[in-house]
Amino acid sequence: METVVKRLGMWACVLMASIAAIALTPDSGFAIHAGIVGLVAVILIFATATSYDPMARAQSIFRMPPGPSRYDDDVIRWGVIATMFWGIAGLLVGVVIAAQLAFPQLNLEPYLNFGRLRPLHTSAVIFAFGGNALLATSFYVVQRTCRTTLALPGTARFVFWGYQLFIVLAATGYLLGITQSKEYAEPEWYVDLWLTVVWLSYAAVFIGTILNRREPHIYVANWFYLAFIITIAMLHVVNNLAIPVSFLGAKSYSAFSGVQDALTQWWYGHNAVGFFLTAGFLAMMYYFVPKQAGRPVYSYRLSIIHFWSLIFLYIWAGPHHLHYTALPDWAQTLGMVFSVMLWMPSWGGMINGLMTLNGAWDKVRTDPIIRMMVLALAFYGMSTFEGPVLSIKAVNSLSHYTDWTIGHVHSGALGWNGMITFACVYYLAPRLWNRERLYSLRMINWHFWLATLGIVFYASSMWVAGITQGLMWREYGADGYLVNSFVDTVAALHPMYILRVVGGLMYLTGALIMAFNIWMTVLGKQRVEAPMGETAHDDAADRPLPPITAAQPAQ
Amino acid sequence: MSNTAKTGAFEGHKKLERNVTLLAAATLGAVAIGGIVEIAPLFWIDNTIEKVEGMRPYTPLEQAGRDIYIREGCYVCHSQMIRPFRDEVERYGHYSLAAESMYDHPFQWGSKRTGPDLARVGNKYSDAWHVQHLKAPRSVVPESIMPNYSFLAEAELKVADPAANLTALRHVGVPYSDTDIAKAKADLAAQANPEADAGDLATRYPKAQIRDFDGDPARVTEMDALVAYLQMLGTLVDVNSAAAQEELTKAEGGK
Repeated sequence: METVVKRLGMWACVLMASIAAIALTPDSGFAIHAGIVGLVAVILIFATATSYDPMARAQSIFRMPPGPSRYDDDVIRWGVIATMFWGIAGLLVGVVIAAQLAFPQLNLEPYLNFGRLRPLHTSAVIFAFGGNALLATSFYVVQRTCRTTLALPGTARFVFWGYQLFIVLAATGYLLGITQSKEYAEPEWYVDLWLTVVWLSYAAVFIGTILNRREPHIYVANWFYLAFIITIAMLHVVNNLAIPVSFLGAKSYSAFSGVQDALTQWWYGHNAVGFFLTAGFLAMMYYFVPKQAGRPVYSYRLSIIHFWSLIFLYIWAGPHHLHYTALPDWAQTLGMVFSVMLWMPSWGGMINGLMTLNGAWDKVRTDPIIRMMVLALAFYGMSTFEGPVLSIKAVNSLSHYTDWTIGHVHSGALGWNGMITFACVYYLAPRLWNRERLYSLRMINWHFWLATLGIVFYASSMWVAGITQGLMWREYGADGYLVNSFVDTVAALHPMYILRVVGGLMYLTGALIMAFNIWMTVLGKQRVEAPMGETAHDDAADRPLPPITAAQPAQ
Repeated sequence: MSNTAKTGAFEGHKKLERNVTLLAAATLGAVAIGGIVEIAPLFWIDNTIEKVEGMRPYTPLEQAGRDIYIREGCYVCHSQMIRPFRDEVERYGHYSLAAESMYDHPFQWGSKRTGPDLARVGNKYSDAWHVQHLKAPRSVVPESIMPNYSFLAEAELKVADPAANLTALRHVGVPYSDTDIAKAKADLAAQANPEADAGDLATRYPKAQIRDFDGDPARVTEMDALVAYLQMLGTLVDVNSAAAQEELTKAEGGK
């Protein structure tokens, strides 16, 4: 009873604080955010106060773990559902903003203009979809590879719900115009502080579980998860250093300015790619590819070499986002050299993943999940080759500021991050909900081909758009004047922007098919379908031909 | 691991694999080096930002316009960084200097040009053109894919406390004087209102453009602020003046 009173008191304090913030702030966006926090407090007060048997109720609401004999999988189940939900939301916003670029009438001012929706798309796919996938898989993998349950189960639940609150605050903030304009780090100071608390709790759960491990060695997947958690903490804190104008308002001003701010931002921005979207997802690869293939990781030594070289080199690559700008030349060159070197450890990871399939390559034909993993690794290899090429200053002078960059990002994001996440969710769903198999394997096949074709449409249209625009900007006529006005180059891209929408729609359709498939799996249904990869047997046709009757001469 | 004699380094790695504290410390060390080597020197190497004549902090109205520029995500489609290429210099003007963004918290260099660069857009178009273009871009440029921003002309400019904004900026290193902060509210109103007495605004902020920007002198709107900001972009430093050219040559000789 005492704990219930304490909890009620705590939530009531949060509620009072948010009401006070709403009353005192002159900033309407900040007031809405305080309202969201207050709403969460009200829900928690209600949940706590209506409990007759406090402990049991709390345990059922937050599904505390069953005990040391079973893995603690509730947070992972929520994480899988959240991954699917935010994935669909993020892809949908992506299709909408792609359509806005082809048909500007689709902008609905002020809340649904491209400038406010674009950060919503990037944050939803990177941090909501990717982040929940990382959260869920890391908690799954660390328990299995350490042969122990999650340390600090209460904190693990806080991490999940705290992270969802971060996503809601960030997403609503963009629509309300609350942003600090640093790409992929748009949320304002108070949301950043909240994320820092959640992230440190995440680190505590993850490292605590490793400390409790029953295996002598820390498995390679956990090195990558650990590097991802530590580095993101460092990047997040440094890049978001800012002075708030008021503690009752959303606005803040970055601690750095101009050149220093630019390099800090792209040191962060590039390593959000390097550690959030690469190291974390390589960790997924290192557990789920060997599991699904039923083969051990190809090379232990290669994993050591490519882990250390990858995390060491990635950090240096940021300045390639600032080629030919006012950033000092030495920094640009350093960024380019390290970006080119980064090619090797990246391919080390791809090779280690692909070669794990040695002896199991036949499964590419029969197992659509393995096929997705192979495609993900292939796209990882392609985009980590394209990246170093784009970081070369001569190439960058053409590609920078154009859609080529957008195409590059999406071949990595849709091809590598998307596909490996889908494969892991397909792997996890039947195991987490204790189902014999997925609802349908043939639907995975549909998903696979829709997504693959969608990426081809997306990437190739953006390559053409980027190179077209880059060349048109620098085109000179025989008279020595620039040939194209800026808006000529915008008009030229229209067909490419339409093709991109088509590609995005195909990718989204694939994801919707997946969501249906996962949902039916969770419900425990199984689709009656012909098995994949087996040659059909028709018993009626399995007969010798009838004896040949003598030919009748024509009359 | 059959040939253990040749695997010293990999044997050593097993220490890290058995100790999460060591592994975490080694990881943090590996990921910290690059940032320290690349970013830290920018704060103390003098020629990172060559000094140029004419740079000054933003007026409260320009800063309010800049905050709207950020709020609407203009940086998503417009860069403010002209690269030193013949075509960019001819299209947009002199390439951008590091000093020109020295008071930009945060920087707005951008990463994508769905629309043109804006680093030197100031004074290239009339106020009326900007207002019409922001309200309905396709009424001025038919092929444009920019969203409409007509609500800016309707929205009264509401800055809760202009002095607090300037104070926060001073905390992060922008040299606003005590007078600038004390007069922030009056400056904000006066710059967009031809009727009001602007006082010494133009002395404290050289080259400040004082007029009604949105075509509605009766009130100060968000449109006023945004157009005031756009109209001053790239106008502070006279890059073509002899002195500036000399500074630049010296800077390049000094490399």
